[in-house]
Amino acid sequence: MEATMKKDLQKLALQIRIGIVEAIKSRGSGHIGGSFSIADALAVLYGSVMKYDPKNPKWADRDKLVCSKGHAGPAVYATLAVKGFFPYEELKTLNQPHTNLPSHCDRNKTVGVDMTTGSLGQGTSLATGMALGDKLKGRDSRTFLIVGDGEINEGQVWEAAMFCAAKKLNNIVWMIDNNKKQLDGYTKDILDTGDLHAKFAAFGFDTVTIDGNDIEQLYDALTKKSEDKPIAIIMDTVKGKGIKEVEETFGNHSMTVKPETGDKWIAQLKSELEALA
Amino acid sequence: MKIVYNGENDARTFKDVIPATIAAIAEKDPDYIYLDADLMNCIGTVKFAQANPGKGIDCGIAEANMVGIAGGLAAVGFKPIVHSFGTFTSRRCFDQAFLSGGYAKNPITILGSDPGVTAALNGGTHMPFEDVALYRSMPEATVIDITDPTMMIDVLWKAKDMPGVKYIRFPRKNAVKIYSDDSTFTIGKGNVIREGKDVTIIACGIMVGKAMAAAEQLAAEGIDAAVIDMFTIKPLDEELVAEYAKKTGAVVTAENHNKIGGLYEAVSATLAAKCPTPVEYVAVEDEFGEVGPQSYLEERFALTAAHIAAQAKAAVARK
Repeated sequence: MEATMKKDLQKLALQIRIGIVEAIKSRGSGHIGGSFSIADALAVLYGSVMKYDPKNPKWADRDKLVCSKGHAGPAVYATLAVKGFFPYEELKTLNQPHTNLPSHCDRNKTVGVDMTTGSLGQGTSLATGMALGDKLKGRDSRTFLIVGDGEINEGQVWEAAMFCAAKKLNNIVWMIDNNKKQLDGYTKDILDTGDLHAKFAAFGFDTVTIDGNDIEQLYDALTKKSEDKPIAIIMDTVKGKGIKEVEETFGNHSMTVKPETGDKWIAQLKSELEALA
Repeated sequence: MKIVYNGENDARTFKDVIPATIAAIAEKDPDYIYLDADLMNCIGTVKFAQANPGKGIDCGIAEANMVGIAGGLAAVGFKPIVHSFGTFTSRRCFDQAFLSGGYAKNPITILGSDPGVTAALNGGTHMPFEDVALYRSMPEATVIDITDPTMMIDVLWKAKDMPGVKYIRFPRKNAVKIYSDDSTFTIGKGNVIREGKDVTIIACGIMVGKAMAAAEQLAAEGIDAAVIDMFTIKPLDEELVAEYAKKTGAVVTAENHNKIGGLYEAVSATLAAKCPTPVEYVAVEDEFGEVGPQSYLEERFALTAAHIAAQAKAAVARK
């Protein structure tokens, strides 16, 4: 990867994190841990890998994103705002009455959100249907599906995984956000999912495990195509990645963020951004 | 719409008309796509799916996934129709139908075969008495209990272009023929299939033929019963319900479903608001299904023409 490109994507990831804090700070609380963990993945997707047009968000031939862990809505909204799908200021309406930005992703409310999610597991089947449909229509487009490591407790996830492999859907990319935590604690303590790489490989996926907070590794994995298999990227991530205080908070699934705390975090992220400039 | 009721069954089964209709629609509409959960053989669609691999897709025994996939297909421009037994396309995938379908505004047609006692020898595990109640509670959903094969064909053609979740229940075997083969229907409008002035029987699904038989029994006893085929349970044709309640002063509902959450409650709620009228019901009491031939189950759960006639008299007595 070229140094300029890497720097641009790192900058985008920081901008996304700033947007996440702006949104959550405006409401005073929100799903910050799981939003931060996928910020780098979203930066690579929307900064270089995906084909889309903010002026024509429903363009049929676009690549699609399904954030099945719908509670990471703030991360998706921050990305879309930075990329010009809607005004950046709108981030400050998160979860306010009549907002277009609800906690969980909603395709009927937010410009640029490709699928409604929130009931965990359901996004996997929806993304599968979208990929199947695009394939049947002969479209040259891919569906990127972000799945939480806690989310894969849901049986529906594995029904969809079986289907993707059996029907040889090579135009879908499953991105497992393996941030090791779910609402009640560590995934290994709640319902240990074991060896995720081996599981997806056994289900018939072209599987790769990467550092999911590393821009270069993300880019390499996300640009790889498969002949006749769905792709699974096990993204080894840190829940809350980007702000030490969040990373080190045990219960960081959803956190209260006071204005002065949010301002402090934004100042830190901005200084990192300036350092890259 | 022409009534040709003579008490006989339609010569065609639903299994005869459904594959032909799905094939005809798929040929005309390139966006039509049919998904099943390993029950294609039960409605005769295997040949269609084999001949049209991109239009008939077997998802395996995974109803929740099937409904979610249908939602995704709808989001990228398809008009999906999914099928399984009514138990599995209601209870088994309700959250998916609710959120991936209804809430996300991904239009899906959902077929639930063998409702209520028509599940017969498959028994209580396969006997949905609650599917209508579930789908009635889903905002913007349409809920249809099919009367005869002619209606099935017309409703399949019309449902595909409607918004929201359309839940359609039907038996796989035959049904009493009510309508001429060229009849067409308006989803959301009830059909008055027999005029009468003393009592109105409002029925759906397999109970419509029985309602006509009950009306004949009542006529022999000097009671003039109107019969309405209320095949669309949601949205309910409230105006028609109120009109006939006013006209006849007594109402009986008849449905192959739990008395909770189905036609009886829909009609009663309408009458309570628009035209308070004595209402009696023929429906399953609040209990689970069980195994047996359909004729046995109809007696067991009190779903016969004789029960309708008795309840009609009870309603008339309350006038």
